[in-house]
Amino acid sequence: MHFEAPLPLQSGAVLKDYTLVYETYGQLNADRSNAVLVCHALNASHHVAGVHADAQGHPLPKSEGWWDNLIGPGKPLDTKRFFVIGINNPGSCFGSTGPMHTNPDTGQPYGADFPVVTVEDWVNAQARLLDQLGISQLAAVLGGSLGGMQALSWTLQHPQRVRHCVAVATAPNLSAQNIAFNEVARQAIVTDPDFHQGHFYAHGVVPRRGLRVARMIGHITYLSDDVMEEKFGRELVGRTLGDAPNYSTQDIEFQVESYLRYQGDKFSDYFDANTYLLITRALDYFDPARLHGGDLAAAMGKALAKFLVISFTTDWRFSPARSREIVKALVDNRHDVSYAEIDAPHGHDAFLLDDPRYHGVVRAYFERIAQELQSAQSPLTTSQGQPLRVSV
Amino acid sequence: MSQHDVHDVIAQLVPPGSRVLDLGCGNGALLAHLRDARQCTGYGIELDDAKVMQCVQRGVNVIQRNLEEGLSLFEDNSFDVVLQLDTLQHLRNTVDMLRETARVGKQGIVSFPNFAHWPHRLSVLRGRMPVTRSLPYQWYDTPNIRVATFADFEVLAEQNGLRILDSFGVHEGEIVTRWPNLMASKAVFKFERR
Repeated sequence: MHFEAPLPLQSGAVLKDYTLVYETYGQLNADRSNAVLVCHALNASHHVAGVHADAQGHPLPKSEGWWDNLIGPGKPLDTKRFFVIGINNPGSCFGSTGPMHTNPDTGQPYGADFPVVTVEDWVNAQARLLDQLGISQLAAVLGGSLGGMQALSWTLQHPQRVRHCVAVATAPNLSAQNIAFNEVARQAIVTDPDFHQGHFYAHGVVPRRGLRVARMIGHITYLSDDVMEEKFGRELVGRTLGDAPNYSTQDIEFQVESYLRYQGDKFSDYFDANTYLLITRALDYFDPARLHGGDLAAAMGKALAKFLVISFTTDWRFSPARSREIVKALVDNRHDVSYAEIDAPHGHDAFLLDDPRYHGVVRAYFERIAQELQSAQSPLTTSQGQPLRVSV
Repeated sequence: MSQHDVHDVIAQLVPPGSRVLDLGCGNGALLAHLRDARQCTGYGIELDDAKVMQCVQRGVNVIQRNLEEGLSLFEDNSFDVVLQLDTLQHLRNTVDMLRETARVGKQGIVSFPNFAHWPHRLSVLRGRMPVTRSLPYQWYDTPNIRVATFADFEVLAEQNGLRILDSFGVHEGEIVTRWPNLMASKAVFKFERR
């Protein structure tokens, strides 16, 4: 969808003349009340569920959406009952206007000149797209990790437009350690000689080495210590335990090295370096409590939605303690909130995996929302019990 | 006595429209009942995954948390009533939990199996730990790590600066006010901070 009206950004800059790509699943009902927006995280896109088809209409292998195990017909977020929308955020590299596209001011690719975008900017861009689709209020907004930040931000930026917020494996802001990991990743990219200050497109190169290292460090932080141990242990490549190593400083020796290099290579084939910088910065900057002197409860006071917050015990990048901060801020405001702390072994990655306890809670929550949609007797109310006014 | 009967008895103690915190809320049935029948709002705390899911199915606000980790999520006096039903006997930090209950709630309601109920006394007289409907476990596998009597709780409440507003026994769905320490399988106390 193309937008001619410039999008004012939090930084004071504007995004001119931009395009957002999106996918929808299921049917919007007659009163347009069953829409669910799914917000994506760092390396994901608008393609949240289902498979893509080739020109003949045959499903393409490995083209499943990134949250296909959760979203689809009969799945926890059931597309037979809900109209699900996935939107690729501006600045990303999966079709919406991003740093690889032409800057209308210069006629050259934006590169490093793509304006800094924030979680709040993305939410505003998504809201404009929903306006165009004629959706004034969402049944729910759902997101994990950085997507969870967008879901939270929706309830603060457009409180009247969200009835439920499902925030998974997320945080009210990034910790210093988390920003530090992002900074290492960014430094890997910007110090790659192929980066050319972000204008590598003109040189016909890609800062692959930087992207690889950035992805490797990311992957380490998405897994738990236990899962890494279980997956790889001290296993050597091409030899059995007990065999002597190669005594090489640069060969791949351990399975975990092989895994990280494979993930890094794969990532550098499709991900844009400037996008990586932009998205990690959006993560760093997100902090709704900032304008309230660090008081998250004061920030969350604006929300009118009901909340489901989910975390995973072994997630150390977005730990349960951070989700409990969100829950506390909601409880302090007497908002409706349920919180599930899933004892899954997989670290941050757990939010993308199929765990019956996790998916069970999400299913139960969306079934409640579906019941609300059906019951004509109970008008939609805010968590304070006041009728929701819809502003278009 | 069915769970439903106890719920009815307890629900009578909760003023309509109360802000309620239910510690160890199980499947959320009582909170749903308080919401539907008495227009109460609030939260339940539950540790068990399956029960958390049942609460969500009922549309009850549930927070998954181990009660042993305290109630730091909640500010002082943030609830009209804090319920602690058949939970106290499972907790290691009984006294802390009781104080926390009194801190976050204007009133607390506690229930637990009464160890001094006469069949239990009879069993102990015969030289064996009781195994009954209210204490159905063997001594070596019981989750009831804090067994207490009706009379014991009165002492603990006194020691912790709690004023007992109401107390009675419950047995077979009936309220027991005559010799509850002997005649009731369950003890119920409603209290506030002095």
